[in-house]
Amino acid sequence: MAQRYVMAIDQGTTSTRCILFDQRGRLVSVAQREHQQYFPRPGWVEQDAVEIWRNVDRVVPRALRDAGASAADVVALGIANQRETAVVWDRHTGVPIGRAIVWQDIRTENLVRELERAPGSERIRERSGLPLATYFTAPRLRWMLDAIPGMRERAERGDVLFGTMETWLIWNLTGGVDGGVHATDVTNASRTLLMNLATLSWDDDLLAFFGIPRQMLPQIRPSTDIFGETRRVVPGIKIAAALGDQHAALFGQTCFARGETKCTYGTGSFLLMNTGTTLVRSTHGLLTTIGYQVAGERVVYALEGSIAVTGSLVQWFRDSLGLINSAPEIETLARTVDDNGGCYIVPAFSGLFAPHWRSEARGIIAGLTSYITKGHLARAVLESTAWQTREVVDAMNADAGLRSATLKVDGGMTADHLLMQLIADVLDVPVMRPMVAETVSLGAAYAAGLAVGYWPDLEGLRRNWHLAARWMPQMDPTHRDTEYANWQRAVKLTFDWVQ
Amino acid sequence: MPGPIQSIERAAAILRLLARGSGRLGLGDVAASLDLPKGTTHGILRTLQGVGFVEQDHTSGHYRLGAALLHLGTSYLDANELRSRAINWADTLAARSGEAVRIGTPLDGSVLVVHHVFRPDDTPQILDVGSLLPMHATALGKVLLAYDAELAARIRRAELTSLTRRTIVEPAALARVLGQVRTAGWASEAEECMPGEASIAAPIRAPGGLVVAAIGISGPVDRICAPSSTPAPELVRDVHDAARAVSRDLMTDG
Ligand SMILES: Nc1ncnc2c1ncn2[C@@H]1O[C@H](COP(=O)(O)OP(=O)(O)OP(=O)(O)O)[C@@H](O)[C@H]1O
Repeated sequence: MAQRYVMAIDQGTTSTRCILFDQRGRLVSVAQREHQQYFPRPGWVEQDAVEIWRNVDRVVPRALRDAGASAADVVALGIANQRETAVVWDRHTGVPIGRAIVWQDIRTENLVRELERAPGSERIRERSGLPLATYFTAPRLRWMLDAIPGMRERAERGDVLFGTMETWLIWNLTGGVDGGVHATDVTNASRTLLMNLATLSWDDDLLAFFGIPRQMLPQIRPSTDIFGETRRVVPGIKIAAALGDQHAALFGQTCFARGETKCTYGTGSFLLMNTGTTLVRSTHGLLTTIGYQVAGERVVYALEGSIAVTGSLVQWFRDSLGLINSAPEIETLARTVDDNGGCYIVPAFSGLFAPHWRSEARGIIAGLTSYITKGHLARAVLESTAWQTREVVDAMNADAGLRSATLKVDGGMTADHLLMQLIADVLDVPVMRPMVAETVSLGAAYAAGLAVGYWPDLEGLRRNWHLAARWMPQMDPTHRDTEYANWQRAVKLTFDWVQ
Repeated sequence: MPGPIQSIERAAAILRLLARGSGRLGLGDVAASLDLPKGTTHGILRTLQGVGFVEQDHTSGHYRLGAALLHLGTSYLDANELRSRAINWADTLAARSGEAVRIGTPLDGSVLVVHHVFRPDDTPQILDVGSLLPMHATALGKVLLAYDAELAARIRRAELTSLTRRTIVEPAALARVLGQVRTAGWASEAEECMPGEASIAAPIRAPGGLVVAAIGISGPVDRICAPSSTPAPELVRDVHDAARAVSRDLMTDG
């Protein structure tokens, strides 16, 4: 019998890739294309949804060709996507109305401030699990409805459709104007501020609060579900899963049990803890979100802590300070010293995310003396990622009432051994890196393969997870406590800076 | 825009080679280390001599770095950079072969482990990045020795310690094996370092051909060398593919 594969499309912030996996969860082929970022004004970030669709049209056949496979060899397709990015299009022509507004875009700052004062805003967190912030989708959609002439009328008539990236791709893949399926999954819907976390459906009060016509919204489905069959690009493939990228990573890391936690270390870092079927409301500044939902089963909730600046601090050290030539050299430089020399860097470049959510905070280098060398600074850069992780993990443990026994990690920064050791040290738990680094794509593939019975159950997927490296905690507890206290003092110094 | 010029990349590799160790090498040593024809190598050396980057000793005929280079400083491939570039390929090698993967670079006559991927069987294993392995008794070490005449000469001068009954301790025998490594493009070892263990490795080359590291797998001898005493061809191919993929990655942007 010919080899059969599962296909994943990872529609990311900077690129779109298509990856084929075999039954043991091993990567068989990869095809990738970057798309353009548009910055029309300060704080605005846009992408062209048509360009992204065209990239899908290119990478999917290429990944198949590289594997020597055809559509008939693909048992299912799973989609993972950048979250919270909004696109709106004409259902009759399939043409997007303006560019997609990306999750990093902060044009809705003023709108969000106004909405905060409006009656009903106190309900948002309770219903959606999220704070009202520019980061999420609803204010973006509201901005489009207000700013684009005629849009609201067209939306109310049902002539325009809204979606996050997976919705746009599913609609196009399943036929577009010719009967395309307009659907999203619970994880993506949970990031809009419009879904009720308990009922898993669009919340009438939230729709009214944000002024969003229900007609334009996609149908909410479980993460693993047969969304439809592709009729374009490569016809005849079952679309069997969709998840937001961080949720896909949770799934790809096989964090299926309550308390299991993963952190993806890239430009920013995203820590998600599976909290099982209980909805945990955060009192410590975390987001309550959907982990994933397998069709026919209860939804699995998660707590999320997002850290805005981790890998990007390394980039800043390289590009703006010019102290290293490449990101990995930060480790070489940091290893020229034995400790931070009393120096701490808190990278609150545009405020602090979880668990502080202080938008007025700004970054600081604390403890500077004439003794400090660039080696100490490099070390402080890496330590800042470790301590920020610790703050989020502490908040999670307090909210969930359970302590994760290990941390599963992925992302570009996991190549940094000093950083991984520091994280194990400050968390006092083993840090584990899996063998497949592409956990986002793998998660989408797992979910899709599960939906069509390519893998029998979650246990079967767990058996595919293999440990590539593990770092054990080694730090002396007293030293850890002193350092943490110093870090927390440094964090406080960043508060109330912007007036 | 035109692509990179090969002869310049090769010239850079020769300079790096001469910058290592005592920096006195004959034409044959340089050619063998970089896997280049002698004629080509001679042409490049002459050109470098012309710009003062290389000098030739009148009596021995050996080449060394020229005075004009002294203020240019030295450069090398950062080990952490190498790990970042290699990590996905090393993972793929571990997943395909089912064995533990290591990447090594030379350090003070030993192999420094700069990257280690666990054997994918979830048995307890300990990360040994930063530890040192013997040059003459590991596949990783043999690769590094095979493409660095200076290093090989230094190792042969030192006492070759016997770790098992099979460790090669005869300098002449080692030289012969290193010649075979250069011909084959990969190295192997069975129970020369530890009883019951075997390993296979291949060179990672920087642009120009300079061998900067070796990548390899190791495991029980009955899995690595089944069923005869020579390494399993499919494992050799996997190691070779991974080495080529990392080398290609180093060529592309950087
Ligand atoms: N060895 C290293 N040590 C420290 N930081 C590193 C290292 N290697 C890469 N980084 C940092 O990691 C980030 C890149 O990681 P990754 O490619 O996972 O990021 P991403 O852009 O967020 O991911 P994606 O494009 O897949 O969404 C960069 O910010 C870079 O500075």
